[in-house]
Amino acid sequence: MKILVCISNVPDTTTKVKFKEGDSLFDDSGVQWIINPWDELALTRAMELKEDAGNSVNEICVIHVGGASADATLRKALAIGADKAVRIDACPADAYHVAGQIAEYLKENPFEIIFSGIESSDYNGSSVGAMIAEFMDYPGISSVTSVNLDDDDIQVNRAIPGGKQVLKTETPFVAVVQKGIAMEPRIPSMRGIMMARKKPLEVKPAAELEVLTESIKFELPQEKGACKMIDSESAEQLVDLLKNEAKVL
Amino acid sequence: MNFEFTEEQLMIRDAARDFAQRELLPGVIERDEKAIYPTEQVKKLGELGFLGMLVGLDYDGGGMDTISYVLAMEEISKIDSSVSVIMSVNNSLVCWGVEKFGTEEQKQKYLKPMARGEKIGAFLLSEPEAGSDATSQRTTAVDMGDHYLLNGTKNWITSGKSASTYIVIAQTHPELKHRGINALIVEADSEGISVGPHENKMGMRASDTHSVMFNNVKVPKENLLGEEGFGFKFAMKSLEGGRIGIASQALGIASGAYELALKYAQERKTFGKEIINHQAIAFKLADMATEIEAARFFCLKAAWLKDQGKPYGHASAMAKLYAAETAMKVTTEAVQIHGGYGYVKEYHVERLMRDAKLTQIYEGTSEIQKIVISRGLVD
Repeated sequence: MKILVCISNVPDTTTKVKFKEGDSLFDDSGVQWIINPWDELALTRAMELKEDAGNSVNEICVIHVGGASADATLRKALAIGADKAVRIDACPADAYHVAGQIAEYLKENPFEIIFSGIESSDYNGSSVGAMIAEFMDYPGISSVTSVNLDDDDIQVNRAIPGGKQVLKTETPFVAVVQKGIAMEPRIPSMRGIMMARKKPLEVKPAAELEVLTESIKFELPQEKGACKMIDSESAEQLVDLLKNEAKVL
Repeated sequence: MNFEFTEEQLMIRDAARDFAQRELLPGVIERDEKAIYPTEQVKKLGELGFLGMLVGLDYDGGGMDTISYVLAMEEISKIDSSVSVIMSVNNSLVCWGVEKFGTEEQKQKYLKPMARGEKIGAFLLSEPEAGSDATSQRTTAVDMGDHYLLNGTKNWITSGKSASTYIVIAQTHPELKHRGINALIVEADSEGISVGPHENKMGMRASDTHSVMFNNVKVPKENLLGEEGFGFKFAMKSLEGGRIGIASQALGIASGAYELALKYAQERKTFGKEIINHQAIAFKLADMATEIEAARFFCLKAAWLKDQGKPYGHASAMAKLYAAETAMKVTTEAVQIHGGYGYVKEYHVERLMRDAKLTQIYEGTSEIQKIVISRGLVD
């Protein structure tokens, strides 16, 4: 059984976000890139499934749609334990475009399980996994918090408001995973880092796919105003400010 | 000349940073305060391969270069130098010596478990009367024909209690002075070995520093490292590499304190503005950043020389001297920038300041480094 883990290459969460070219493009100069945290958890769960001798999982592949700047991120995934990496050499335009590229790869290279993080910490689209399932006509399960394999009996838990839902499914399927799928991401070991250089990182040409949206402009949220300290005995002043300045009362 | 790190080196640095933040930061203050040995943390460090990262892949190590080691040591030392000293001693004193000078049998038996992090090594050179003057070894290893009989006391031994494997420097032929000294691999559970109480230290309180006493301890002849009489030279060569580890540790302590001070200076306000906007504080930070960068270059230069197979003893002494002095200065300034908060434990910088002091003392004091450097000037 083979697992494909979709990897987004996202800016480190401490990145100071800037835009360029009239705020139409993200300025990635000086940005440190990391594996999207939800994808990293997905990879961790995939590793756990492979390490469980009771499972028939024998290969984990990570896939990314993007430029060569993501290669370091893919090498990290290999160092963590993925067996191979594939980069579709395309400039990712939107979720539809990314999902389409991955689906084209899947048509030629079938996998039994496809993991996709529930969202990426940069563009926050939350769509790629579901779109892959639709493109491939596979079952697609969202908000997945656990995947357990017992021969052909596959049990998937998903979070629902206030509880969880337990599902059975068959391969191939797409699991859109969220927090809970694994305890915490793995730190690559020294041996893993050394082995990563010997593992394959294939670069595939992009498929000719339609791009449905065009990004026009980015805006940062408004900066928070300075904090006003009100004396604890001046409740009237606080009420006045909330009413007339903040206009929340 | 290339100032770029490789993808792998950066990955190792990031792995060390993640490990330090995730596994070492929680509880570091309590471990220091109560002098609790970081058992779980060292176990995880070993599982990730940091304890044997410099050992070749053939002997179950990580097969990493020394530049990667500097980067990893810096990141771990930013958070917890009680852990990084265990890593430094195991890697650059004990494993290095066995890999470089040990027999194939010694490597199979002793090096592999240490490289995997399953066993910890300790380096036993210092004695009550032989610290900086390492030639005055009073511990004796008398040649009894089929074994050595070890007697004496070693002081200030990092991992003295937790180590399973000791490298002991002892005098076999006193008449030959330092040419009569041997280096022996000694199993820590051998009959006749006793370990003194945990030293109640000022800094690096969580690492287990002990005296180790030998009373008629039989050491098999096959546990001799190198040739007869090679022990003193072995110790000096081991310390050349060890200094890169401790220099990198001092660098990490300095940069850890600097990062905390920089963050604090951007948040703390006095007289209506953040204190980083007061020139008195800004200039301190500028000096700290500059000296840390210089210390980093010293460490990386020594590491690069070692990786290239070039002589590095002079460079590692300079790195150790400069980084240790920088650590002491920078941590002191970091406490000053924090003001009263810097003097309490929860802000970390007072611990880093206490830890920094030891880097000026162990594995060759700053004064000894100056002897090494000055002698190198006229060689």
